[in-house]
Amino acid sequence: MTENREARAEWPLFEVFLRGKRGLNHVHVGSLHAADPEMALRHARDLYTRRNEAVSIWVVPADAITASSPDEKDPFFAPAGDKVYRHPTFYEIPEDVPHI
Amino acid sequence: MTDNESEFDAYLSLADVTEDDHRWAFGTGFADPLAGLDEAVPDGVDPADLTATCLALGDDALIYSHRLQQWVTRAPELEEETALANIALDLLGQARLLLTRAAQAEGNSRDEDQLAFFRDEREFRNVRLVERADADFAELVARLLVFSAWRLAVMRGLTQDRDPVLAAIAAKAVTELTYHRDYAAAWVIRLGDGTDYSHAKAQSALDTLWPLAAELGLAGEADAYLAGVFAEATLRRPDAPPLAPVAGKTGRDGSHTEAMGYILAELQSVARANPEATW
Repeated sequence: MTENREARAEWPLFEVFLRGKRGLNHVHVGSLHAADPEMALRHARDLYTRRNEAVSIWVVPADAITASSPDEKDPFFAPAGDKVYRHPTFYEIPEDVPHI
Repeated sequence: MTDNESEFDAYLSLADVTEDDHRWAFGTGFADPLAGLDEAVPDGVDPADLTATCLALGDDALIYSHRLQQWVTRAPELEEETALANIALDLLGQARLLLTRAAQAEGNSRDEDQLAFFRDEREFRNVRLVERADADFAELVARLLVFSAWRLAVMRGLTQDRDPVLAAIAAKAVTELTYHRDYAAAWVIRLGDGTDYSHAKAQSALDTLWPLAAELGLAGEADAYLAGVFAEATLRRPDAPPLAPVAGKTGRDGSHTEAMGYILAELQSVARANPEATW
């Protein structure tokens, strides 16, 4: 992953995303340890697809993810809490359009 | 609607959801590899030959699966442990199908359980390579590499077999063994082309198991694949002489190493203590 070739006590962490046969997008399913991305992909196959769950796997180094902080929960998410008009519930759904 | 169907390909993949299928997130679409096949041995296939082939390959898988299962709770990482358990389960599945086919070919007087649990050591037809207990992780991955590369080539050939059941078993095995082989190759390359210490371990593992590999008769596809992996792993192909047969007999003839008795004692003890048990 990096130029750092020093031995480490533990392999780095990867986050695993699967797309199921019936899923339209990849969904986070868990995490694992691996020495590099190729090994992470194999581990993900062995840990998270044993019951035929997936047709596609993504692995992402956990330290590549920037996450929102619980401390910022209110300024981040509370403003959306009272804006029902952002939901498309004020339209009539035509009967002949499938999959809505 | 039909004109627009291509627009909805993504949705059509949802179409096999059934009413009682509430647990699709845990996996679906399981298939029986032998669905729709006639169990009768077809004309032109010698039942004795078919029995011998299925017993040999079934016993290889059964005994090697047992050895791999012994790594569970002992693997260096949780992730590797699951990988090894998966591989062991794949091989156990192959063993069950092959022993079932062997029993059918020999006339249905025994079933897969009787073949697995009630034969004695000299009746087993597995190669001696699968009996060895791995001394360390390097031996584990080196042996898995040699075994899977060889078995994959054998199974690929059997997908064209005149017995449709054996051909179907082989077709299922090919995808499994391709993964086993690539898993093992990745580790052998990682160790061989790693540190001085890991290289020495990997080379020593190959040197140790090479006399046992002779019984496989490595050639063609398997041999070429191994040569490629050894080159990438900077490992030397050993030139050790084959492990000698005992009184002219090898594993395929029922002559096994000392390890075999201990494996069978563990593998068969429960079934022999409770011969009529079901679970």
